[in-house]
Amino acid sequence: MTALTFTLKAELKQRVDVSPLTPDRLAGKPLGEIGAERLQCGNRQVRADELFSIEGQNPDRLIFRGSRKLDYVGKGMSRGEIRVEGDAGSYLGQHLKGGRIVVDGNVDAYAACEMKSGEILIRGNAGDFLGASLPGNKKGMSGGVVIVKGDAGDRCGDHLRRGAILIEGNAGHYLGSRMTAGTIAVLGQVGDHLGYAMNRGTLLLARTPASVPPTFNDCGTHTLGFIPLLLNGFRGLETRFSEMSDTLKRVRRYAGDMCGLGKGEILIAI
Amino acid sequence: MNINGVQIDATFAEAFPMRATRVIITAQNLKWAYHAAQAMTGFATSVIACGCEAGIERELDPSETPDGRPGISALIFAMGGKGLAKQVETRAGQCVLTSPTSALFAGIGEGEKIPLGKNLRFFGDGFQISKRINGKRYWRVPVMDGEFLCEDTTAMVKAVGGGNFLILAESQPQALAACEAAIEAMRKIPNVIMPFPGGVVRSGSKVGSKYKALSASTNDAFCPTLKGQTRTDLSPEIESVMEIVIDGLTDEDIKKAMRVGIEAACSLGTENGIRRIGAGNYGGKLGPFLFHLQEIMA
Repeated sequence: MTALTFTLKAELKQRVDVSPLTPDRLAGKPLGEIGAERLQCGNRQVRADELFSIEGQNPDRLIFRGSRKLDYVGKGMSRGEIRVEGDAGSYLGQHLKGGRIVVDGNVDAYAACEMKSGEILIRGNAGDFLGASLPGNKKGMSGGVVIVKGDAGDRCGDHLRRGAILIEGNAGHYLGSRMTAGTIAVLGQVGDHLGYAMNRGTLLLARTPASVPPTFNDCGTHTLGFIPLLLNGFRGLETRFSEMSDTLKRVRRYAGDMCGLGKGEILIAI
Repeated sequence: MNINGVQIDATFAEAFPMRATRVIITAQNLKWAYHAAQAMTGFATSVIACGCEAGIERELDPSETPDGRPGISALIFAMGGKGLAKQVETRAGQCVLTSPTSALFAGIGEGEKIPLGKNLRFFGDGFQISKRINGKRYWRVPVMDGEFLCEDTTAMVKAVGGGNFLILAESQPQALAACEAAIEAMRKIPNVIMPFPGGVVRSGSKVGSKYKALSASTNDAFCPTLKGQTRTDLSPEIESVMEIVIDGLTDEDIKKAMRVGIEAACSLGTENGIRRIGAGNYGGKLGPFLFHLQEIMA
């Protein structure tokens, strides 16, 4: 069966909430019923087939021919795969419980926010608050893996609770702010104030940052056995981190944020 | 039945159900993995007084271990789940946590979970760090040489303990040589351990004793010095008997180990003083697993 494919009929003028279009919610529905799904578009609701031409049969594999105005792609889905050809909007994979979302282009803010499990692969860049909690909430992403082949914006991993965010490009300011636990790894450069108000968790940096906040204390250099174990755990995923288990072992460890609980760590490869 | 001139008795070994787990111990090098593994599986020859039966299963190549370092896999057996959990935790805490550069992982994934690092983590006094990797939880416990990395739990499975066979020889050195040959062959079989020193036990026991306080005592029917003093099971030319006890994850594993062990012992033949292969049983009353020697060697 070919993937169920949603192709935009025209350029979107308003943002569209595509959260009703997930493998869970479309399972067993005929094409006509899928076309009749009501989608929030701006301040009104429209039928899915007003916005998209819909082809294919397999509701376990969805393809969006994307736009930066498609929000909530794969919200709360628990199985199957969604592929976005092009860009996606905000809140991609919010509350994701399982399955896989692949975006060929860029995504906007709050991707993977409060995600619980599963995998998100973003081949372009991610906006701010990747893997974070919604504003006012205190529990961000709590499981799964997010891979960003490009750069991530500011406040990545805000309130991160569990799971891993792997950024192969650069990360913005306030990386891992208010983290409760979990792991964020970055191959490129990071912005200012990394680990701001971090309680627990790990920031693993392949490059030395311009500065480490003064509220993180140097714990010296170490060869940590868990790093190869962690990186080996990403084998089978499309990430360069999985190939680094033989090389990335020795790190300088900074503990902090000492203005908070102080049990988080920044590990910088040496 | 006769193999290379060695008589295979028409008898059976009697085994009983146990609970078991496998752990993987890694270290900076094999030498230190062995130190930790030998300590963890030490004083674990018999459940009668040790609380568990444990032994080293085999060496592991770095490519086979979770953290890519040289390692050892060890099997630990006990009569029940609670006892096993207690023994695993105590031994992990005193023998592996303490051993330089060591890390400890579960060697069995499926089954009822028992704690491995789950409680040992408290040694970290609040500085311990949890990491969940591929659905498994690990603990990083800060210790004086760096970090002790330990998986949260290991899995417990149903297993079989007490498989055995006896080697009856014309002299003590010949009995021991046959046992050594058998153990060397049996160590290549996965999923089994031979828990006694060097894999061999010279003090096989019978149930009961003339002393009320003792539940087991020397197996006088197989003691060569008592041939004229008790109802003996030994012919005049037998001067020494040694036993190999096998614990395995399944009865099939035990059968395989018994087969290769008996083959290796018999390969020495009568010219090396090996006369008979027997087995220890309790009349079929103790355990549900009966390993008939002649069936295994058929």
